[in-house]
Amino acid sequence: MKLIYFAWVRERVGKAEEDVVPPASVTTVAELMRWLGGRGEEYAHAFEHPKSIRAAIDKSHVRPDTAIAGAREIAFFPPMTGG
Amino acid sequence: MQTKVRLQSEEFDAAAETAALTRGRTDIGALVTFTGICRGAESGEPIAALTLEHYPGMAEAEIARHVEEAKARWPLLGVTVIHRYGRIAAGENIVLVVTASSHREAAFAAAEFLMDYLKTRAPFWKQVESKSGKTWVEAKGADDAAAARWEKPSGREAAE
Repeated sequence: MKLIYFAWVRERVGKAEEDVVPPASVTTVAELMRWLGGRGEEYAHAFEHPKSIRAAIDKSHVRPDTAIAGAREIAFFPPMTGG
Repeated sequence: MQTKVRLQSEEFDAAAETAALTRGRTDIGALVTFTGICRGAESGEPIAALTLEHYPGMAEAEIARHVEEAKARWPLLGVTVIHRYGRIAAGENIVLVVTASSHREAAFAAAEFLMDYLKTRAPFWKQVESKSGKTWVEAKGADDAAAARWEKPSGREAAE
């Protein structure tokens, strides 16, 4: 699946997007964040406070307990500050 | 019902947009225009510019979805939403919401509803550019509270 990062999540991870294949044991958005947090120092920094990160699956807002099965694109970003 | 949703990096002309919405119409009795402008200072510190990052595709879809919801909730005769992205200098426009209806209540309510949702649900992130560097704007609890007041009691999901 394709992961996309925005704002300070993007800056901390050090890339705007990437393709990943998480292990089968990773089934929800929250689990995916935990797994990502274990991928290295920059990821640990980006995902150290998962409660302050929002997610979208295929361009729709989702909650942390949402299943990631079938997702093509998952985005992680800080709370939005538009308008 | 005239609906226009536009994302763009360039500046817009709010007066021209309202004129375009009402031109040739005699059914519109109320027009509310909100323009969000980049302030030149934040908490006493001068700001050179804002940079708005957005999620292409999702930003348009989220705005369009909330415009549809506004149309379902209030008897609107026209809606225009323009949101800029990229670098926006102090004094320039950031966002425009125009709502038209027969009577003022619908236009006022729909404009507030759309702005509250743009602030909290549309995937945009503001970064402040000042002398001390670049910093991401933090989301405000007050904006979440403003958006929450429009939620229906039937229990819309928080992440909807």
